[in-house]
Amino acid sequence: MEKQLLRLTVNNEYYESYIKPTKLLVEILRDELRLTGTKRGCNVGACGACTVHLNGLPVKSCSVLALQANGMEVTTVEGLADREALTPLQRSFLDHGAFQCGFCTPGMLMSATALLNDNPSPTKQHIKDGIEGNICRCTGYNSIIRAITAVADGNYKEGT
Amino acid sequence: MAQTKDNVAKISGAATYSFGEQRYNVINTHVHNIDGIAKVTGRAEYTFDVSLPRMLYGKILRSPYAHARILNIDTSKAEHLPGVRAVVTGKDTIRFKNGIWRRYRELCDEEILAYDRVRYIGEPVAAVAAVDEDTAEAALNLIEVDYEALPAVFDPLEALKKGAPQLHDHAERNINITRHIEWGEVDEGFNHADYVREDWFRCSPQAHVCMETHDAVSSYTPDRKLTCWTSTQCHYYIQVLLAENLGLRESDVRVVSRYTGGGFGSKFELDSAQFCSALLSMKVCKPVKIVLTREEEFIATKIRTPMFYYLRTGVKKDGAFLAKEARVFTQGGAYTAMGATALYLTGFFQAFPYVWPSYRYDGYRVYTNTAPASAMRGFGAPQATFCAETQIDLIANELGIDPIEIRRKNAMYPGYEVPGQAWIQSCGLAEELDRIAEWIKSKGELPPNRGIGVAAYGFMSGGIFNWFDTPYAFSSAEIKINVDGKVDLYIGSQDMGQGSNTTMAIICAEELGVRIEDIRLHMGDTDTCPVDLGAWGSRETLMQGNAVKMAAAEAKRKILEYAAAKLGPNIVYDLDIKDRWVHLVARPERGVSYYDAVKEVIRGNEGQPIVGRGHYTPHRKGMISPAYSFGVQALEVDVDPDTGKVSLLNCVTAHDSGQVINPLGIQGQLEGAISMAAGYGFSEDMPMEDGKILNPNLVDYKVLKAPDMPETEIIEVETYEPEGPFGAKEAGEGLTNPTAGALGNAIFHATGLSIKDLPITPEKILRALDERKQETQD
Repeated sequence: MEKQLLRLTVNNEYYESYIKPTKLLVEILRDELRLTGTKRGCNVGACGACTVHLNGLPVKSCSVLALQANGMEVTTVEGLADREALTPLQRSFLDHGAFQCGFCTPGMLMSATALLNDNPSPTKQHIKDGIEGNICRCTGYNSIIRAITAVADGNYKEGT
Repeated sequence: MAQTKDNVAKISGAATYSFGEQRYNVINTHVHNIDGIAKVTGRAEYTFDVSLPRMLYGKILRSPYAHARILNIDTSKAEHLPGVRAVVTGKDTIRFKNGIWRRYRELCDEEILAYDRVRYIGEPVAAVAAVDEDTAEAALNLIEVDYEALPAVFDPLEALKKGAPQLHDHAERNINITRHIEWGEVDEGFNHADYVREDWFRCSPQAHVCMETHDAVSSYTPDRKLTCWTSTQCHYYIQVLLAENLGLRESDVRVVSRYTGGGFGSKFELDSAQFCSALLSMKVCKPVKIVLTREEEFIATKIRTPMFYYLRTGVKKDGAFLAKEARVFTQGGAYTAMGATALYLTGFFQAFPYVWPSYRYDGYRVYTNTAPASAMRGFGAPQATFCAETQIDLIANELGIDPIEIRRKNAMYPGYEVPGQAWIQSCGLAEELDRIAEWIKSKGELPPNRGIGVAAYGFMSGGIFNWFDTPYAFSSAEIKINVDGKVDLYIGSQDMGQGSNTTMAIICAEELGVRIEDIRLHMGDTDTCPVDLGAWGSRETLMQGNAVKMAAAEAKRKILEYAAAKLGPNIVYDLDIKDRWVHLVARPERGVSYYDAVKEVIRGNEGQPIVGRGHYTPHRKGMISPAYSFGVQALEVDVDPDTGKVSLLNCVTAHDSGQVINPLGIQGQLEGAISMAAGYGFSEDMPMEDGKILNPNLVDYKVLKAPDMPETEIIEVETYEPEGPFGAKEAGEGLTNPTAGALGNAIFHATGLSIKDLPITPEKILRALDERKQETQD
């Protein structure tokens, strides 16, 4: 199978490479770019561990061919914080203990970030629905819901 | 002025100190998980993320037969596929019989790569290493295995029968292990009972569903050393078992596991990813990575033990317990695994948390042609608690006694000795029942189809057992204090998400009198860390915690010796360190900075860093555990009579875990336990057809999602556990025990239906409703 040119902007950095057209976005991110923050938990789009942003919208990167993202902007968990300045959600996750083993956390943060970008004042039901596609086996979700709620309530400011 | 606790400090002249008062600077404060920043920035490197130069990718060929003889394996076509670097089968092994119960060789019955026989669908028969996963996968299809199918048996009650297919030559009627527990005069107890009740229960299998599947990167080098990066709950076990199974020297095997993506009991036995990657790496002297797929995870890793439970219980008409008889038949699967422990613990915790004047338990672990059943969070206790708590509500209902009242009447209490088994020191059960009763009362009259169910439980703070046959202490810790005051803490325990790293850092910082940011923790590496028997059985807080506290105390003593010499206090005065200030306890203003003291101690000790060592092994604590947690959970549900759908509304848990070390951690453990145990109670199951699991994926296997969770509330009941570090005991696994029972009881109180067959699905509820309708019509 002939390789094709892939052009991506990942976490504000431009990247191009010739790839097999069958490659998944998650494979390029993890195996080529070594952005291993993005995880894989099921490979069928059921667990959400591989959630990234594609032009600002959350997608499950195990269910997207890399070439489908051609020319687009990708944000992964590594692209959230600006060096040591964590985002409000990241800080809130720390304060609320909204993770345990941490394996689902990158995907969870990407879903939650997209949720708040889309709706800065979500109800509790919006929040639950917004992370329904992300499985967490450790926390029982309630600490994650509290962490997202605290950000939505304005308890965390950008860049502080 | 009268002497009270509040003004005693003023009288004695000390500004801030009260005798006997426990004041903590780090313990029970709000601290961040010490691995948190790595986890929220995606920088935590799991085995799944490990990549090494020249690394190959491995895949495992698994048996499609539930029971078969292997006549021949032809790997030649696979070996010739371009990109394939190595193929291994059982013939490449030393045929070591693997098992974690090493003290009892007859219970070591598993060859991780089958040699001439397979006993469950998914059992490994060969493994391939290739330049990429696709090539390895393609090579699996080229391996030709001649099987001779054998009759198989899946149900333990069938497997016990004469003439059933026999899995192992040594195990007649497929009986793997039997366990017996007995105290008191059981038959006499039943003779004196006013009411006797018998029930049968079925407890379903459950998958651990760690978000990181089992994985390993093994690298064998020409100096005959093996390094294995792996996702595990106990690097020490994996080190020893890899060495045994591969014929290597123990210390030549290094196991590394910095981050583990969930464990829940599934990751402390040697698994196929670890063994096969190591065997392949030894063949090619290159690193080999194996990551199990989600499907492999479901069909071929170990599961929560399914059980058939018979309970016969005799009580007085006022609800006083007299006698209980329990008989259990477990679907053991093809090999022993940790099943022997689950079989014992389910029998022990069947009597928890109550005072039974007489009790008799007989457990039978039965070999079946299914994946081995083993440890999972709660370790036999969730099964026991579901059956026991369901039956107690049925008895209370028959006798017209309030569910809280019958539990209060029979509750364990501090100082109680479980005859011949265990000694209960701290126990907050009475207060927990009161607090839950208050909450139920505050709910008032419930609308139709609503119910509140209650379940009480207890659990161990680590096991006393040494079936692994280690000569090492159960837990060890080492401390080195550097010239800038930074503390290097070396521990053997494994943080798989439960937060033990943070717990140990807190204990260390508190004992040493420094801040949590002064601690640099080292774990997850057998080359540099001391031995600990692993993160299972809720053992870390008490066992590793005691070792850390002892190591910190030793290091602290060296600093205090220096400070005593420098400050020259009256010999009756105590010295201590709080928040980096070394001082006289009664005159805190007289002191020296921790930093200065550390520098001077090092200077005075020929330039050597300050070191401390600690260890813990339980002694004279009975058969099971040095300490027990207790709790009572109330769960409010709504049952839709048209669909059978159960909604979880509120879940309130009153529990005691001794001195709380990390409140944020306990809350996380509680809520996580509820989601996992509620799944066990009403949605998670592993239906089989001829030994084949029908739902091996995360679409059809139903774990709880965010919208399914109830509101959760935690009520901490204060206790002090004399055996634990700072009075602490377990707060992890035990919380998994009550929920299925509370759920069943809530459905009973909402609908009048008692369903004794887990999981309590909408289909079962609808069927029971239909049956009841039929009966009333007849």
